[in-house]
Amino acid sequence: MANVSIRDVRKSFGPVSIIKGVDVDIQDGEFVILVGPSGCGKSTLLRMIAGLEDITDGEIRIGSRVVNDIPPKDRDIAMVFQSYALYPHMTVAENMAFSLRLKGVPKAEQGKRVQEAAASLGLTQLLDRYPRQLSGGQRQRVAMGRAIVRDPQVFLFDEPLSNLDAKLRVAMRAEIKELHQRLKTTTVYVTHDQIEAMTMADKIVVMHDGIVEQVGAPLELYDRPANRFVAGFIGSPAMNFIDGRLEKAGFTLASGAVLSLGAQPPVPVGAKLTYGIRPEHLQVMSPGEPDSIPATVAVVEPTGSDTTLMVKVEGGSLTVLLRERCSLKPGEAIALRPVSHQSHLFDERGRRIASV
Amino acid sequence: MSDWLSPEEWTAVRLSLKVALTAMAASVVPGIAVALLLERGRFWGRQALDVLVHLPLVLPPVVVGYALLLGFGRRGPIGAFLADHLGIVLSFRWTGAALACAVMGFPLLVRAVRLSIEAVDRKLEDAAGTLGAHPVWVFLVVTLPLILPGILAGMVLSFAKAMGEFGATITFVSNIPGETQTIPSAIYTLTQVPGGEGGALRLTLVSVAISVGALWVSEWMARRVRRRLLAR
Repeated sequence: MANVSIRDVRKSFGPVSIIKGVDVDIQDGEFVILVGPSGCGKSTLLRMIAGLEDITDGEIRIGSRVVNDIPPKDRDIAMVFQSYALYPHMTVAENMAFSLRLKGVPKAEQGKRVQEAAASLGLTQLLDRYPRQLSGGQRQRVAMGRAIVRDPQVFLFDEPLSNLDAKLRVAMRAEIKELHQRLKTTTVYVTHDQIEAMTMADKIVVMHDGIVEQVGAPLELYDRPANRFVAGFIGSPAMNFIDGRLEKAGFTLASGAVLSLGAQPPVPVGAKLTYGIRPEHLQVMSPGEPDSIPATVAVVEPTGSDTTLMVKVEGGSLTVLLRERCSLKPGEAIALRPVSHQSHLFDERGRRIASV
Repeated sequence: MSDWLSPEEWTAVRLSLKVALTAMAASVVPGIAVALLLERGRFWGRQALDVLVHLPLVLPPVVVGYALLLGFGRRGPIGAFLADHLGIVLSFRWTGAALACAVMGFPLLVRAVRLSIEAVDRKLEDAAGTLGAHPVWVFLVVTLPLILPGILAGMVLSFAKAMGEFGATITFVSNIPGETQTIPSAIYTLTQVPGGEGGALRLTLVSVAISVGALWVSEWMARRVRRRLLAR
């Protein structure tokens, strides 16, 4: 096992800059998730850690070694790909024994270690099959098994669950997390799915446009997003943003509605701000209540465990998440009041300046 | 059965098979290497190599044969070197016929192999690298088995081209019975002499049979390979 250190790493393809100076520290045994929208550079960064892409500038260390010029085979890593990348001409057992065969491990020992890994992943019955005879979930498990058998210093996962259906994805999420808790191998995991990031990671690295927007524990990012991008990216349904300005009475919307602020933000009165509030932190009131935003119900989405409301307000729409069932009908007039101390204020450049 | 074809016709058939098999066998390894270079290589002159390899496909075969005569003939720079230092003479020998056939079939072989290399999922090779495999090992254990159907297809094309090659061969090594007279040149000769139609027809049938047989064998081999490889 080893820590991984990424220092001011950059990557350009010709004149196009993909990664624009990234610093990340990954502790020994940590489960770190790189998350961001497609094109943010997360997969490229992972491939750079693996040695499958050159590093244009900066330094990557695995353990105490700078690995910039070390080929993938000597980095002591194992990577699991979205497409599984299993060898179609080899059985499950041969796929899993691949790295041992390379190292010249005796056949008996190979068999033993493949059996152990297969047992832990529920693959024992499938060892003689070929990848084409397996389901998506089974293939994913074989790909993980192949990585486990290598017993590397670092596991690298590149969107491993994206090809699976929703139900299987939830099950595999738990399996990978459990696997990490058992093996405690340093893991770097790339996904575009913020739910995967929230549920699995010790630490999340949110990337956007080739830079790191924020690094932190899942709930830290949820509760104290550094900027509007992270605030909008983490959490589902996404945070609501309302434009307005700071007045003496509080945050004033374009419609004239005023929301009182629990604390005075460190900006002068009159400053243009964005008010951010998560869907579950809006309460439904009767119209005309003070300290609320007038709204009209547009869509009601019951999921059984909770209810999502899409409501229209002047100049836009908001999402409300109710933990209880509700009898609201589309077209009904309501008012929304933020739960106190759960809102964030962002300045014009998108930075969070206060939580109120 | 043996008196179905005249001894001269038998000679042409045997010679054709020898020339075609030699041309095919000699092209396989260079063909794979060139296909890899063209598909994966990033080097100066790649475009030029690509054009050079494909030239025999578009040039008149007679031109290729004449170019071979200039280069590999007894007085050609390469031919003289081979004859003086290694004792290898190509002009007007069956080996020269094999060279002409190999050159003419080479672009077909390279194209088939290249297409199959292009179809290989690079992630499979990447994965092997991250699992600790040296690039040579990756090629032998991962890439080569995956492109085997393409190699087989290329070999059949190369063989078929060699069986039918006429213009380059006759220009480079002439039409010497027993040495360089392959089935196509024998058919050509037979059609030029009175009473040769019977022989020409017989050789034509032999030619068709060999081609069909080659296709059948390649299909059978490709199916066997595909059965092991198909679908991820």
